[in-house]
Order: sequence, then C-alpha cells, then structure tokens
Amino acid sequence: MSREEVFERLNEVFRDVFDDEEITVTDATTADDIEDWDSLEHINLLAAVEQEFGMKFNMGQVVSMKNVGEMADIIISQIG
Amino acid sequence: MKELAYPFDSEYILKKSRKIRRQLLEGRTDFLLKRIAVLGGSTTHDIIRVLELFLLEQGIQPQFYESEYAQYWQDVMFDNPELVEFAPDLIYIHTSNRNITSYPAVSDSAEHIEEMLEEQYEHFRVMWEKIEDKYHCPVIQNNFEYPFYRILGNQEAVYRQGRISFLNRMNEKFYQYALDHTGFYINDINYMAASYGLDRFADPFYWHMYKYAMCMQAIPEFAYNLANIIKAVFGRNKKALVLDLDNTLWGGIVGDDGVENLEIGPETSMGQVYAEFQSYVKAQKEIGVMLNINSKNEYDNAIAGLGHPDGILRPEDFIVIKANWEPKSRNIASIADEMNILPESLVFVDDNPAEREIVEAQVKGVAVPVIGTPEQYIRVLDHAGFFEVTQLSDDDWKRNEMYKANLARKQQQQSFGDYREYLLSLEMKGTIRPFEPMYMARIAQLTNKSNQFNLTTRRYTQKDIEGFAADDTYVTRYGKLEDRFGDNGVVSVVIGKKERWEQTAADTGEGEQALQIRLWLMSCRVLKRDMEYAMMDSIVEACRDCGIDTIIGCYYPTAKNGMVKEFYGTMGFTKIEEDEEGNSVWRFDIPQSYEKKNTVIDVWEGNDG
Repeated sequence: MSREEVFERLNEVFRDVFDDEEITVTDATTADDIEDWDSLEHINLLAAVEQEFGMKFNMGQVVSMKNVGEMADIIISQIG
Repeated sequence: MKELAYPFDSEYILKKSRKIRRQLLEGRTDFLLKRIAVLGGSTTHDIIRVLELFLLEQGIQPQFYESEYAQYWQDVMFDNPELVEFAPDLIYIHTSNRNITSYPAVSDSAEHIEEMLEEQYEHFRVMWEKIEDKYHCPVIQNNFEYPFYRILGNQEAVYRQGRISFLNRMNEKFYQYALDHTGFYINDINYMAASYGLDRFADPFYWHMYKYAMCMQAIPEFAYNLANIIKAVFGRNKKALVLDLDNTLWGGIVGDDGVENLEIGPETSMGQVYAEFQSYVKAQKEIGVMLNINSKNEYDNAIAGLGHPDGILRPEDFIVIKANWEPKSRNIASIADEMNILPESLVFVDDNPAEREIVEAQVKGVAVPVIGTPEQYIRVLDHAGFFEVTQLSDDDWKRNEMYKANLARKQQQQSFGDYREYLLSLEMKGTIRPFEPMYMARIAQLTNKSNQFNLTTRRYTQKDIEGFAADDTYVTRYGKLEDRFGDNGVVSVVIGKKERWEQTAADTGEGEQALQIRLWLMSCRVLKRDMEYAMMDSIVEACRDCGIDTIIGCYYPTAKNGMVKEFYGTMGFTKIEEDEEGNSVWRFDIPQSYEKKNTVIDVWEGNDG
C-alpha cells in the first residue's frame, strides 16, 4: 500500500471518529490540531485505525508515536 | 436503529459513535430522562460513550455522573458533594478483578485467607449500605471476572489460595447480598468476559496503557448487556414473543411436508437443534414472557405441527395463535390488540428476512432480530436481552396463565348480550388496601411499566413506594383482582397526598384540605372490568375517614396515555384547568350521599383498610 493510500484511508478514519468531514490529516498533524482529539479519544482513534488496517500497535509504539506521519510509518512497516 | 440491534458490529459502533448519537437524538423526542452515576474502579469514558447509545435506542436519555478515575469508593464514602447534588436515579459500580487489593499467597493459612476474603468483601458492603442509606436508588454492581493467568494452573479454582477460588467466593458473597437486597443488581462481567473470550477481554495492553478493565473492542457488548439491566430496571423490557412456525420452531413446512416429516426431536441433527430451541422458548414462559404464533399456515396444520410427539411446545403454551394467510404485519398488530399491549412490547421471530422486513416496516416499535441460522437462534435471542430478568416475582410465572384467562373471558363475553351481566358472571373479587410490604416490589414495577392507563406517568423506585406507605400525609391504595378464570394479581395503584389546595386558598384566603392524586394507574389487562370504579370508591372512603371532601386529579399527556385523557371526567370530576400542552387539572367534591360506583366487584378492604 502506498503512503498516499494509507493517508487517504487514515483521513476516512479520522472523519468517522470525530464525525467531521472537514478533517484532512498530514504528516505533521497532532492532537493539538483537532479539537476533540484528547487522550481519551486517542484510545478510540487507535482502535479504529487498527481495525481499518487489520494490524495492532504495540505498547512501545503507542507511547512513542508523535504525529500522524509516525502513525503512517508504523502502519506501513506492519502491513508491508 | 439497525446498527444497534444485537448482533451488532462493535467496531462500527466504536468508530461511528458520534454520528449514531446525533441521529438517535434527532430521531425522537419522547425520551425517559434518567440520571445515572457511573462509579468506576477503572477508566469508564468509552463505556459511558457506548452505553449512552444503547440507552437512547431504548428510549432512555441518560445524564451521566462519572467519578474521577478509580474513585468509586471515595465518592460514596466521603459524600462527594457533586454526586450528592447529582441525586442519581441509578448508581452503577464498575469494578473488576483489578480492584481487589490483596489476593492470597500460596503460603497463606486458611484462617488468613478467610480474613482477607472478609476484608475485601467488607470494602464493598459498607459502600453498598452507605448508598442504600443516602441515595435510595437502584444499584448495579459488577461481579468479578476471572484473571487471565493461573498460578496454580488447573487447580486455581480448587485451592483456597488460588485467585479463581478467591474471586468465586467473593462473587458468591455479592450474589447473596443481591438476594437479600431488592434494588441491587449484579452485572455479570464474569459471564461477559467468558462469552467474549477471556484472553481478548482482559488484554493487559488496555489496562497498562489506559487503565481499562477490558479491551476496547469488548466495550460495545459489555455496554449493551449493562444497558439491558438498566432498561429492565426502568420498565423497558419486552413482554411477548411472536413466533413463526415453519423453519423457525421446526425444520420443514408442515403444510407441504406433513407433520411426520418435520425436523424436530432426537432423530436428526437439525431436529435436535429445533428441539433445543423449543425448550429455550418454553423456558421463557417461566420468566413471564408471553408466547404467540404468527404463521402463514392453515390453522389445523399449525396445531398439528405443535402436536408433534417430539416437539416441546404445545398449543396450550401460546396465548394467541394466528395461523392464516393474512400479512404477518396485520396479524402482529391484532395480537398486540388482543393482548392489550403495545406493539413495542413484542419481539417477532421469523427465519424469513422478507417477513421480518414487512413487519419491521409496517408495525412501528416491534423488535425484529436477525436471528441467523437455526443453530444461532438461541444465542441471538438470549444475548439480545429483550426480557432481562431483574426480579423473579410470582406474577411473572403466572403471567401467561393470566393472559390466557383473559382470552377465555373475551370468549365468555361474546355469549352475553348485556355487559353488566357478563361482568357479574365473572364473579370478581377485589382486594383494595393501603400498600403492604408483600406487594412493594410489584407496585414499584407497575409504576415503571404502565404507560397507557396512567394519568401522570410518574416512575417510582421501591424505596419511594415504601416511603409513601410509611408517611401518613399520603393515602396509598393497591388493587388486586381475581375472578373465576384466575388471579390477575396487583393491577391498580393510586397514590394521593393530603395537601392544602392552593387555588381555593387564593379565592377564600385559606386553603382547604384536599387529596391530590399523584399517581393513578391500572394494568391494561383489566380494562373495562370496573376496577377503576372500585378504586375510586376506596379513595373516597379514605378521604371521608380523614375528613377530606375534595379530590384533585391531574392528567399529563404522553405519547401513550391518550386513553385516559377524559378519565377523571367519567369518574365525575370537573375539569378546572387545562394548558396548551393538554395538561389538565380536575376536581371532585365528595357529595354527602356518595353512591358507590362499583357494583360488580366484591371488594375486600380488610379490617383496618
């Protein structure tokens, strides 16, 4: 899957989870950029991303992930 | 909403919860508002998020109080002012095996383990007692789920040192408390974890990362199960099953294949599946679920199929049997009608998606589960929790008999020209008395269940009911009705408060003492039996005993209680006020020569009644 495709699908997940069709995520997007993205919503977001791509984040990855770009890197490394 | 009907797609619900919530709130306005305090021993954010959806789906709009992380015990024991002010209608305590603060060690002595068990249990018990004293509201408490690892392996449940043994014994103590206390309900997290799969349920990732007692994906099923208890407590259970026959209760088509060729019973695998399903349905009767048939069949064929020697269900297990060629949607509406219950109290079970669709589209409110293949029927119906049991009462066991007796009465009615003559032929005996301990649970249940014959639709807990009974500024009456076809149990409830009537105060400078009817309800199973007249007579009598000459009644319209809009008028009251929403106030001045309105029921009010 190309990085563009990953971002396209990530966008859909973000829009579903935050019920906001305006959202467009980029490499640099962080929780500060999306109003409802707090630590509790983060849990739900990760679960939805895992489901979308059929993969699991491990604890180390969750703890160190800093922005959507890193999230995409992990996804690509796991699904090849 | 289809997305929230069991079996549902949990991932979808988790992902789309905001959108679903928005749609639910736009979909209706007649929600029952309830304040629910969620006191957690772990993170509860997403449980509340999903629980809200399932409650909205049931017509209950919750307002939540959420304790700070793991503050369940402190909130109660130290009277957190926010919680006190919130005044919950229900408290849910979400604890798990992660909240056990000490477990036995392998080297611990038997005495030490007993002390430890007692100590852990006391932690909870004192909190429950405090809640009972302070909040007088229903409590839902999780039991404990098994841990995901076993130090003692397969002997973990055998030796007292094992955690499973310890948790099983804790759970037993919780169950005993539930048996001893009404309004205290167990949420079986242990069953939910097992049913979901313990290894996935207890995924330590979610505990260590986010302090969740279960994995995120298990939350919808967990919250659904919890919502079932809550809706049952607030009187939103379904009441009856309406079942198809061919390929639902047996394999094959009785009209084409003949009774002898149906698949039911021990001969084939499919036959066994259908027999097990019939046993399951029959057991529903015991918890008070009313059974009915809605089948496209010749009537005689339907009855013949139900007479199959290896079948479990028999024609007499059913209240209404509709076996004809009418559309099923029309049959189901007339079943609701004949039983005097609302379509939304029915669950329609049919293997045929086309039939399900027509019923779902044509008869609003009927639950139409997607029951899957025959070997899935039981699981789907069972986990859907339509008939969640909160309390086993004698009335539940008897309900099927009572409704059957009702139908016998209807048939009897047709043979009488004069209605009064018919009523007399029923040889009705009523008991109308102030609330008594034996019936408190049933009275509270009625206040939460009755929608149609209910003037004010005030919902009360058992604690409230006991409070009215003990307070002599209140006049309380329950009514039981028996006749030659059977005992209907407690069917009517009236609560009145002795108060100065202020409108008169404005006129004359001082209020006169009046009885204000706060609640007047009657079960629809005794409509048109003159029971309401007997209740009226008893209330008049009670007023006279304490020197009150005026009775004030209010009617508050809801979507369902249109049938009693003019009720007070027919009782001889005069309407004195009505606002734009249709809320009305009625007044009755007891005449010197009040004539008893009931002349057909032989009423016993007891020596002190």
